[in-house]
Amino acid sequence: MYAQLVKSDGLKSREEMSPEERAFQDRVDNGEKIEPKEWMPEGYRKTLIRQIGQHAHSEIVGQLPEGNWITRAPTLERKAILLAKVQDEAGHGLYLYSAAETLGVSRDELQEKLHSGKMKYSSIFNYPTLNWADIGAVGWLVDGAAIMNQVPLQRTSYGPYSRAMIRICKEESFHQRQGYAIMMKMASGTPEQKEMAQDALNRFWYPSLMMFGPSDKDSVHSAQSMAWKIKMNTNDELRQKFVNETVPQAEYLGLNVPDDKLAWNEDKQGYDFSEPDWNEFFEVIKGNGPCNRERLNARVKAWDEGAWFRDGLNAYAEKAADRRKAAPVAAE
Amino acid sequence: MSKKEWPLWEVFIRGQHGLNHRHVGSLHAPDAEMAINNARDVYTRRREGVSIWVVPSKDITASSPSEKGPLFDPAESKTYRHPTFFDIPEDVGKM
Amino acid sequence: MAAETIPPGAGVKDPFIGDDTLRPAFFEWLCRMGDNALILGHRTSEWCGHGPVLEEDIALANTALDLIGHTQMWLGLAGEVEGKGRSADDLAYLRDAMKFRNVLLVELPKGDMAVTIMREFLFDACHHLLLSWLADNAKSPRVAEIAAKALKEVSYHLDRASDIVVRLGDGTAESHDRMQAALDLLWPYAGELFAGDEVDSALQDAGIAPDLTTLRDNWDERVRDILDEATLKIPDTGGYTHLGGKQGRHTEHLGFLLAEMQFLQRAYPGASW
Repeated sequence: MYAQLVKSDGLKSREEMSPEERAFQDRVDNGEKIEPKEWMPEGYRKTLIRQIGQHAHSEIVGQLPEGNWITRAPTLERKAILLAKVQDEAGHGLYLYSAAETLGVSRDELQEKLHSGKMKYSSIFNYPTLNWADIGAVGWLVDGAAIMNQVPLQRTSYGPYSRAMIRICKEESFHQRQGYAIMMKMASGTPEQKEMAQDALNRFWYPSLMMFGPSDKDSVHSAQSMAWKIKMNTNDELRQKFVNETVPQAEYLGLNVPDDKLAWNEDKQGYDFSEPDWNEFFEVIKGNGPCNRERLNARVKAWDEGAWFRDGLNAYAEKAADRRKAAPVAAE
Repeated sequence: MSKKEWPLWEVFIRGQHGLNHRHVGSLHAPDAEMAINNARDVYTRRREGVSIWVVPSKDITASSPSEKGPLFDPAESKTYRHPTFFDIPEDVGKM
Repeated sequence: MAAETIPPGAGVKDPFIGDDTLRPAFFEWLCRMGDNALILGHRTSEWCGHGPVLEEDIALANTALDLIGHTQMWLGLAGEVEGKGRSADDLAYLRDAMKFRNVLLVELPKGDMAVTIMREFLFDACHHLLLSWLADNAKSPRVAEIAAKALKEVSYHLDRASDIVVRLGDGTAESHDRMQAALDLLWPYAGELFAGDEVDSALQDAGIAPDLTTLRDNWDERVRDILDEATLKIPDTGGYTHLGGKQGRHTEHLGFLLAEMQFLQRAYPGASW
């Protein structure tokens, strides 16, 4: 989800597997958790690093569009709630980087790959937040879409990833609700506020649908990830579930989902809906979204300008350790 | 540019109810004192704890996954360590 | 505007609320407390998503959250004391710069992490002493109660800021130079924290606020100890101090800060958020 286009190898059949790979697959099939130092196929390790890394990057780049409005939040309470929420995203990035680190890659390495453009983050964060209702829409739709994916990932096969997801889901439960609470205020407010709410939904609807990644028929490589239980549902399943849950919520707000083809389908017990513009999606992934440059520049700037701070604290820690060594042992 | 990454620490927190410290996650910090402060800021934002331990991740010694069988399977046969192993007549009352 | 946040101890009887003689000075003084927290909290929140390392990003957000909480309590009480039905939000979002009563120190731009940490340290060292006094001695039970709640959080802010000042001052040559530059920049603003006027005297006479001269002596001692340990030198400014914030004469920076902070309330008057 926050990892939309994670490349992995094609699915191996049982006959193609080595005895170790077969034993590993049996453990995954039995619902056992795989832990850091245990044997795992190299493809499993690499795919996980890419996926968890992308997920972590999305959390910290995801701080930016909402962070935009912390200094403009309309009341002290809204300011505090938004700040706490954006701070949570930093925390979630931190937990996920820690999970990736158990696979033998350092956080600095991962961040450098983000900064150099070698690793991606979710396309959704390349869209701008233009009015206050966008903060509601991001919580309601973007966090709502993220939760669809993160809840099943609590059962993922890799222990540290699963534990990070459990903690994240627990903390995120307030995020979507605070977003919807903002939308309720706006949708029932003044005509201008209602206009902002509708505008936010118009702009965030299709980018939210894109968060689930390309359609299953165009999505290569997901079979292996599903066999390994690092991807729990197909993109289309989750997208359908999201639409089914979100449309009634939009109706409750009295807002229009910007899709003429949206209609309840009695046979499939779900909504028919229009696909997002996948050309736009691939352009955003390539770097041509409305805010790609700003987002990445902001992260690179924070990192580069923070170097002296990190180095300074390191230098002090080393000096202090040397001093402790040199000092005569104090009384017990 | 930054040359050296802050070391990784494992964080253990004892919650409100006096239970054992429990592993909650990891973080980076230049030394132990800062690791404690960072742990307070990162892992107790929702009043999760009353006491924090931090340990450099590199100093954790873990049991080997390949030893799982010999280490843990023998406990399986010692069912007499569990209270339900023993049948006590109901007449005796609560025990 | 949105429903008021009810400050702690709102049910407690406070002899100073409704005291007409003290009212103007008490209101001013509470605005000073609230505005310092509001503006410093705002500046600190600007780091969210832009911190030098994830752990610090999260820690700064905690500090900002604490300060926003203090703002709600102080400005909430200010509104009550004023007695015109203004909420904390009304005071934060609908006063112009000349009505703000924060010291200039807290409104200066956030600068680099050196400025941010040094400012927090200089401010917290005073804030901590002030809140400790208020929690123990303030004759207004409401003031004492808010101070006691804020004190716990500010004790942590001060410990953390002091620790980082020492570490960065005595870290690399670059971190030392940046911390020294931050101290040189901020030092001439710190004195305003202790520059008393008739508002401070009135509150001191009423037994609500402390003598600022004693506070300054304690502050000097504490700040000098930490700066020494950090191998930093207090600049010789010839005793010059930038003043005016407490009386509503601000730097140019505050206007821009408020333009941003108050935008929605100003553009859509009367809307509920």
